[in-house]
Amino acid sequence: MRRKTKLPGGVEEQTGRSWPRNVVAMMMRMKARMSLLRGREEEQPIRRKEAKPRTVMRRTVMWGKERRERREEGRKERRRKKKRRPRVRRTPLNSLTVVYAGFDSVCPFLPSSSDSNSNSSEEEESMSEGEMARLMEEVEEKKKLIANIRNKPWRMQRRLKLLKEAQEFVDKFEGALGKGKGRKWYAYKVMMTKKWIKFQRDFENFRTACIPWERKIKEVESHFGSSVASYFIFLRWMYGMNLVLFGFTFGLVVIPEVLMGLPYGSIPRKTVPRAEQDTAQDYSVLMDFNGYCKYSVLFYGYYNDQRTVGVLKFRLPLSYLMVGIGTFGYSLMLVIRTMAKNADVGGGDGEDSDFTFAWKMFTSWDYLIGNAETADNKYASITTSFKESIVDEQENQKDENIHLRRFLRVLANFLITCSLGGSGYLIYFVVKRSQEFATRDDLSWYEKNEMEIVMSLLGLVCPPLFETIAELEDYHPRIALKWQLGRIFALFLGNLYTFLFALFDEVNTKLEEEQSIKNASIWAMKEYYANYSRLMNDSEATPPPMDPADVIRGPCWETAVGIEFVKLTVSDIQVSYLTILIGDFARAVIVRFLNYCWCWDLEAGFPSYGEFDISGNVLGLVFNQGMIWMGAFYAPGLVGINVLRLLSSMYYQCWAVMATNVPHERVFKASKSNNFYMGLLLLVLFLSLLPVVYTIMTLPPSFDCGPFSGKDKMFDIIMETIDLDLPAFMGTLFSYAANPGLIIPAVLLMVLAIYYLNSVSEAYQNSNMELKKKMKMARDEEKNRRNNADTTNQVMKDLEDLLPNRSLIPPAPPEPEKPPEQEPKPKPTKTKPGTAGKGVNLQKDVALASSNPNARGPVSRPPGPRGPGPGPGAGPGRGRGRGPPPR
Amino acid sequence: MGNKQTTFTEEQLEAYQDCTFFTRKEILRLHARYRELAPHLVPLDYTNNPDIKVPMTLIVTMPELKENPFRERIVETFSEDGQGNLSFSDFIDMFSALCEASPRELKTIYAFKIYDFNRDNFICKEDLEKTLNKLTKGELTPEEVTLVCDKAIEEADLDGDNKLSFADFENMISKAPDFLRYRHLFCYVFIF
Repeated sequence: MRRKTKLPGGVEEQTGRSWPRNVVAMMMRMKARMSLLRGREEEQPIRRKEAKPRTVMRRTVMWGKERRERREEGRKERRRKKKRRPRVRRTPLNSLTVVYAGFDSVCPFLPSSSDSNSNSSEEEESMSEGEMARLMEEVEEKKKLIANIRNKPWRMQRRLKLLKEAQEFVDKFEGALGKGKGRKWYAYKVMMTKKWIKFQRDFENFRTACIPWERKIKEVESHFGSSVASYFIFLRWMYGMNLVLFGFTFGLVVIPEVLMGLPYGSIPRKTVPRAEQDTAQDYSVLMDFNGYCKYSVLFYGYYNDQRTVGVLKFRLPLSYLMVGIGTFGYSLMLVIRTMAKNADVGGGDGEDSDFTFAWKMFTSWDYLIGNAETADNKYASITTSFKESIVDEQENQKDENIHLRRFLRVLANFLITCSLGGSGYLIYFVVKRSQEFATRDDLSWYEKNEMEIVMSLLGLVCPPLFETIAELEDYHPRIALKWQLGRIFALFLGNLYTFLFALFDEVNTKLEEEQSIKNASIWAMKEYYANYSRLMNDSEATPPPMDPADVIRGPCWETAVGIEFVKLTVSDIQVSYLTILIGDFARAVIVRFLNYCWCWDLEAGFPSYGEFDISGNVLGLVFNQGMIWMGAFYAPGLVGINVLRLLSSMYYQCWAVMATNVPHERVFKASKSNNFYMGLLLLVLFLSLLPVVYTIMTLPPSFDCGPFSGKDKMFDIIMETIDLDLPAFMGTLFSYAANPGLIIPAVLLMVLAIYYLNSVSEAYQNSNMELKKKMKMARDEEKNRRNNADTTNQVMKDLEDLLPNRSLIPPAPPEPEKPPEQEPKPKPTKTKPGTAGKGVNLQKDVALASSNPNARGPVSRPPGPRGPGPGPGAGPGRGRGRGPPPR
Repeated sequence: MGNKQTTFTEEQLEAYQDCTFFTRKEILRLHARYRELAPHLVPLDYTNNPDIKVPMTLIVTMPELKENPFRERIVETFSEDGQGNLSFSDFIDMFSALCEASPRELKTIYAFKIYDFNRDNFICKEDLEKTLNKLTKGELTPEEVTLVCDKAIEEADLDGDNKLSFADFENMISKAPDFLRYRHLFCYVFIF
């Protein structure tokens, strides 16, 4: 106990402070009572019996009190109440020692002494409300301590000790709180709280254990900095989202169809046609997702249009449509929610700081770095940044640089816009030409593949070109990355556009073809029925006994689209994996091993090792996701393929980046919120939403394949469900809801809501800015005041010394207002050359802010309230330019 | 888990979880890491709180610290004897303070201690110079160093005593934007 009081710091002081207040009175009374009680021990048994159920609790209370008593004794008793000592000594020795032992050992419930038992009932009544409240307060305090102990800057030993102590205290005392009947309930509550905390902790453990790849990503991060890690975090997020989509699609569409739908080969749409059967199992055919793949559960065409499947009457077509729309709904919601959350975390990338050097000094080291190379890079980049700041500081009046840089930036943007426009036109031109070619037959190999060649050439040439041009701009790499992402994104949009264009062409031809086939087959059917009834003289015609493989069928454009997307995804996977294998791995191997026998240093010189291409990888991921969103409706299996891809990609790329890449030359920190990635994703989501919704709403589904066959439009399935399955009033309800008279006001309302929320957020932003400004001002003011007060202003000091009766002046003479027009201590008018306007603002604000105290009247104010503020320099402050304070 | 559980008792684990920001798995892992540093010194069984310390020279070889310019200071700061010898409690304390979950206030306190090379409870110019030289591996010229240190003190010093007290330091750090603060003040990952 003695030892503890010696330890420095918070809790001792706290408890030290709280003990006397709480305890002395109680203790006194208790001691008196104890000595009394010992005398009338014999009377007790009856009452003790009465009090039996509550005794245990009470005992603990008593016991703790004794403990406190002892503690007090150590501290105060000796000093203050010498006469009591003998009586205290009379307390049975064993009780004290036991208590003491229990106090420091783990076990809290050593048998307490008999006398505490005996006087417990007496004590019960006599514990007053105030004591109770105090005790409660103290217990709360201890609990708070337990919850916060990890936040205290103490040595672990001490923490453990205090923790144990606090826990014991709480264990013992909290049972005593609450009264009479409520006590049991209180104890129960306490127990449940404990259990709940334990559960929470376990759950937390479980949850962290559930986040996959945490270690892997951290490892990458420690080697390559947070920018590369941000890609992997994005990849993981994407995986999570796709997993959910996969769950929906497979759980609600694929599995019901497999388990409860008709088996393969039962109807034409589920059978490979006779003509294709010979080659249906060839590897090359399967790789093109024809043959058995095409007539499998992976694609739209396989699904039957039965209204319900299985014994559960599962409405498969409805569920198919709902899952298709739900995929988009869920993705939209998730992306937007994540963005909002990130925006919360992100905060401002406030670069306009007052602490350029101080921050650089204390916060520039990235403590995550654990790799020698990265560390070297970091040292270099810190040195450079310091040097940059030094140069900035020294030449911060010179504006030529800024003009040059601005000019270069404009130039770079101009160049890039030109090349983007050029490539856009090129794509447009090529698409036009390919449409022309489509009507001709005599095409050379080049003419056939012109579009693909041009597209991949553009994809190959443009990004490095942009990167080169971007060097003109000389942005921070983090900002440069954003620009680069945006530009390549714009380029890739061309890619997307051509792809969609080709696809729609294909769909249109397929639709025409289908129309003719449909007519032909209907005609054939009629013919057959006519013949049948004529030959058999039977008007009840049965359908022709045809093998499902022989039935004439339409082209099923949905499946064709689905196949297109799956093929694209698969080839994308192949290409990106091969790129890594060749571009990174082979290069690394060559550089590493050929270096032994080469003319120049391959590792440091020309080929070197690859850097991880963040922008390319992120965009690849984003566009791939776009393909998935677009294709998932037509190929439910696509989501599964994508999940596999992301999963393998995680391991593969982690390995590749660790094994073959080197950290970036300028290791930079990613901004905490990767909202930029999310923004791109959102854009792509919208772009991919459009064609799908368009097809669902306008194009007629194929007549002989897919869950919507036989309907005019895909969404007719909803009407059908409303008509047939829901009660009639729901149908009318829906028809009312679909009334334009209702929809237009609803849209208007939404627009208004958006407008309102927007303006509210703007207002918040404004006030945020205002507050920031005020904080900055307050800081400047305070700093200047302190500076002036203490050291810098020699004149003022001298003046101060000349004042008569200096010692009699109250601590805060009426002064510290700074003259508004005069910024005290010409701060190197804050560094950034481009912020001239800001400086002006600041001046204005100074005027605004200080006008307030001035208005209060400088003379009549009582001297007390507006002191220079607490702190080491809290001496009398002095205004700077005002001359001597008014006397 | 059955027979490997003997490293700590349940109470110890609970106590450590209360006192640090780690989950029990992490604590066990930390112990494994700690033991890895000096397998002959550190016993597997910690149920009776053996009083064992691993010297600084071993601690700083950990991959988490190896490249850190302030590694010696960090270890010294967290060691109870001030010499850099860490007992397991100190060790776990150190990583708890350094880990991602620990709050900014705590980190600020420890960061201040770390940067205070001469342990006078102020970061004065010599401390700043040492910090800067460690950060840049001495690549700056003496004039530049002086300039930077002066500027840094001028920026952050509120009370005008030409050195940074904890209040100054805290004020400065608290104004740093989040992305600087989060992992750059002080934050560690375990490469378990």
